[in-house]
Amino acid sequence: MWVEAEPPQWSIYTRGQTDMERSSSSLWRKIRSRYNLVGNACENCNTPYFPQRIVCRKCGRKSRMVEKIYSGNGEVYSITKIRTPPDTFRDEAPYYIGIVKLDDGPKVEGHIIENGTEPKIGTRVRIRFRRMYVDGDEGLIYYHYKFEPV
Amino acid sequence: MRDVAVIGVGLTKFGERWNLGLKELMAEAGLAALEDASISSHDVEMLYGGTMASGRFIGQEHTAALMADQLGFGNIPAVRIENACASGGSALRQGYIAVASGIHDVVVVGGVEKMTDVTSGEASTALGGAGDQEWELFQGITFPGLYALMARRHMFEYGTTEEQMASVSVKNHENACRNEFAQFRKRVSIDDVMGSKMVSDPLKLLDCSPISDGAAAVVLAPLEKAKKYNDTPIKIVASAQASDTLRLADRESLTELKATKIAGQNAYRQAGVTADDIDVVEVHDCFTIAELLAMEDLGFYGKGKAGKAVQEGETALNGRISVNTSGGLKGCGHPVGATGVKQAAEIVWQLRGDAKDRQVNGAEIGMTHNVGGSGATAVVHIYKRAD
Ligand SMILES: [Zn+2]
Repeated sequence: MWVEAEPPQWSIYTRGQTDMERSSSSLWRKIRSRYNLVGNACENCNTPYFPQRIVCRKCGRKSRMVEKIYSGNGEVYSITKIRTPPDTFRDEAPYYIGIVKLDDGPKVEGHIIENGTEPKIGTRVRIRFRRMYVDGDEGLIYYHYKFEPV
Repeated sequence: MRDVAVIGVGLTKFGERWNLGLKELMAEAGLAALEDASISSHDVEMLYGGTMASGRFIGQEHTAALMADQLGFGNIPAVRIENACASGGSALRQGYIAVASGIHDVVVVGGVEKMTDVTSGEASTALGGAGDQEWELFQGITFPGLYALMARRHMFEYGTTEEQMASVSVKNHENACRNEFAQFRKRVSIDDVMGSKMVSDPLKLLDCSPISDGAAAVVLAPLEKAKKYNDTPIKIVASAQASDTLRLADRESLTELKATKIAGQNAYRQAGVTADDIDVVEVHDCFTIAELLAMEDLGFYGKGKAGKAVQEGETALNGRISVNTSGGLKGCGHPVGATGVKQAAEIVWQLRGDAKDRQVNGAEIGMTHNVGGSGATAVVHIYKRAD
């Protein structure tokens, strides 16, 4: 009975990213952060941020923001397995996405690598540098930080 | 500040309206609202139009002037409001402010989205812009994925179950069966929801609202002049809105929408009522977990208590509080720009006593709650009969 309704039911919420130019400029602009978890912190109130911010949310005025590289060690705060991916991740699905609370920083979203242990809330993770996806048209390989259960 | 009333409402049927374009949808809903208010196009002084992504869906921007043109409003000022899935509710608030300020008397608020002309992949990209494009979208985090992260954490912190979430879908489909404008006039069982395809654990296909075409419109006027047009004007007694981070990971808590809490608290204060006084409410159930979050964040239930309440039927039609009598986003459909305005239309019908088979007995105070993205915008309105 759900046949007619099925495709549209979920499709609108699958975020696709088909505009390759836009996605690659976004990659290169933030490449250090995407590869090495480089964030920043407000020198005035010490609040750590990832990704980097220009305005400290706490101070709400101009303050000195200093670069901060996080260790990448942390704990899974929430997790899901994406089974209906955007077009760009068609070949990667299903994949785990988690929000990780960093030991020395804020919460960060990212892929959780499957390595035999089923990741769940509370699982300890460390950062890894991995292939994220291959762009079908140009064969461009996109790399990104990911988290791996330890 | 003047008191503001809704004097007319109109909707199109929601769903896949392949024979109607954006203009026709706008015209159908707008004309219905004008007729309901017993006014003509020439009485309208200003238009606010809520549309989220018409440029991506059908290549058409500048939709407010287009709506004014299609409805014969002539040369009046028209402004489009885009706030993701909260575009409609945000437009309503702007209309309210325009009338309350005394700048305009008769204001039309419209909402429209034409979503089914494109492939599902294109629709995905269009709607993806509601979250943080650079960090969430780029890493392949889908919209169900974001709400799934909230659901998983809610289950962890409060013991909320998948069956409790499924019961939201069951209830909203049941209500949609009684609504002639609804997209899905079909009952589903807990087993149907639990057995539907997993989209993003723990959310399944039937936990998710659909893609839809549709439009909605309401006519606002100062309360002191409202009786001239309508015997049962509905007074807007609160209009509140709040924002939050676009990026989910930036938020302190994943088990509440802070924007909803703040907008709700401000709305209760403006109206001088509490959650206990609300008889009927339309909340933003883009996913079943979102309805549970809304019930808690708006103060109807304590944190972690909404799942059990829904499961036990407390939020069914004529239950302790009637929630999403229209069928909600899940059952009625979710043409994003139209949803917030449709919610207002449903509450107006309920408070007038015109909601037919889905009438809440003795409904006197109603509320609408419209969310953008994963909670970066929340808009809350409270309404009362004014006759
Ligand atoms: Zn600071």
